[in-house]
Amino acid sequence: MNRLLLLALFAFPLLADNAPTMEQRMTAVEAAAKSAQLSGDNAWMLTSAALVLMMTGPGLALFYSGLVRQKNVLSTMMHSFVLMAVVTVIWAVYGYSLAFSEGNPFIGGFGYLFLNNVGAAPNADYAATIPHQTYMIYQLMFAIITPALISGAFAERMKFSAMLLFTVLWSTIIYFPMAHMVWGKGGFLNAYLGGKVPCFDFAGGTVVHITSGISALVCALYLGKRINYPREAMKPHSLVLSVIGACLLWVGWFGFNAGSAVAASGLATSAFVATHFGAAGAALSWMAAEWVKHGKPSMLGGISGAVAGLVAITPASGFVQPFPALLIGLLAGVFCFFMVTAVKSKFGYDDTLDAFGVHGAGGTLGALLTGVFATKAVNDALKDAPLGWVDGHPMQVVNQAIGVAISWGIAIAGTLIILKVVDLLIGVRVTATQEIDGLDVSLHGEEGYTLET
Amino acid sequence: MKKIEAIIQPHKLDDVRDALKNIGVDGLTITEVRGHGRQKGHKEVYRGMEYEVDLLPKIKIETVVTDDRLDEVTSAISTAARSGKIGDGKIFVYEVLEAIRIRNDDRGDIVL
Repeated sequence: MNRLLLLALFAFPLLADNAPTMEQRMTAVEAAAKSAQLSGDNAWMLTSAALVLMMTGPGLALFYSGLVRQKNVLSTMMHSFVLMAVVTVIWAVYGYSLAFSEGNPFIGGFGYLFLNNVGAAPNADYAATIPHQTYMIYQLMFAIITPALISGAFAERMKFSAMLLFTVLWSTIIYFPMAHMVWGKGGFLNAYLGGKVPCFDFAGGTVVHITSGISALVCALYLGKRINYPREAMKPHSLVLSVIGACLLWVGWFGFNAGSAVAASGLATSAFVATHFGAAGAALSWMAAEWVKHGKPSMLGGISGAVAGLVAITPASGFVQPFPALLIGLLAGVFCFFMVTAVKSKFGYDDTLDAFGVHGAGGTLGALLTGVFATKAVNDALKDAPLGWVDGHPMQVVNQAIGVAISWGIAIAGTLIILKVVDLLIGVRVTATQEIDGLDVSLHGEEGYTLET
Repeated sequence: MKKIEAIIQPHKLDDVRDALKNIGVDGLTITEVRGHGRQKGHKEVYRGMEYEVDLLPKIKIETVVTDDRLDEVTSAISTAARSGKIGDGKIFVYEVLEAIRIRNDDRGDIVL
């Protein structure tokens, strides 16, 4: 009896009346293809999100903490690490909504408050082939690293409580609106989704590097120099940590830039290649500049150059071909070397870890060069319209400059106001005794290296 | 009893220890120290910031010997530690008033 039933079940679809029509089969194939693309894209985007988090901790935490003195190693790591938790909370509560829900051209609305309406279904405006939640968590990792970059300017002398309050206000007043303007639907600078001034920023040259780099300069000027800077030698306490951190940044940056294609696509590959070439070019040109000027190429120069190249290629990564990427890197290495050596010593500000010289300067250069080298041969998002100067559209450089100017303006004004408020409420700088004792002991009650126990 | 204090180049430590072992000096204490005499330091550059490093790493060896062995031991040290260049270091000799072995309260030359 059972056998008969089985036979009937198998035979059933073979009967002519019940065979699927061509249309049904096409629908089934389409659904399967869509599901396969969703799986592929989602796998890459979750990987990218993890890579970008790796850039903050351990990448940036190691890179920065190796450059400070031994007594501040933990407090510097803390600046990066704590943001992995703090920014996550405000992102979930209101940050993602202010950056990516529909609002006005300058800031998002409350549509995604408490991650409302952010679920498994894709958001076709941003990424049609991955769950909306994947896009949200990917963007969160950018929101985490951006304020962490600023900490390079105030390392070794800012109060921890002030740093926390500063970061929350900075994310809210500067980062979320900037992200909305450049990437949010209807954002003022969004080149794809109805912006007034189309500014190309593939992975965050303006939003991440210019805003953080310029804010860093404002912080360095507002806080003032470290005690005894530059009279006393303040050598990096462990360049070994910095090299490991910088190399983790380099690898993580593939998630940052190639992930910004929001799909496992040919464009992601192109961005991956450009990213790598940019880093290589700048590592070489920084070391070469150093070799000429000081007679020796240094390890610190190599990794500083690599980071400068990665910064500069960030806005351009999804728009330029491999050799222009290499050229952008070569230019960025020399330019940032000039900024952190000649310009910094001329003006005498204490940008402790060169957040401005590398991220502000490199980000600005990269954003402008994106206008020069962007080409539709790489990115066809605007259909047949020419993209940059190489496509015969020199005006794009002006659009880029407007984006740069807006980022600079918001970063300078916003950061000044925030620092003033934080200073009035709790004070931004540690006491002289705390600074001399080192922030690890005075603010956190612990030491990084206790080798005798 | 005399105390011999020798400041030497770190890379000469093994040569000096071998030389002392060969003439039967068993006890010594070493410390990693930094300092300079007439030797010039070197320049380090970090992102364009130049630092003069003139306190260089050295090794300080301390040992106490009986009076009759003083010349033998100091010449063993100076021969082993010598490269002939500025920076080879110095040897200082001090009088020692008393030596006490903590384990059994022995005193004098027998302790060495």
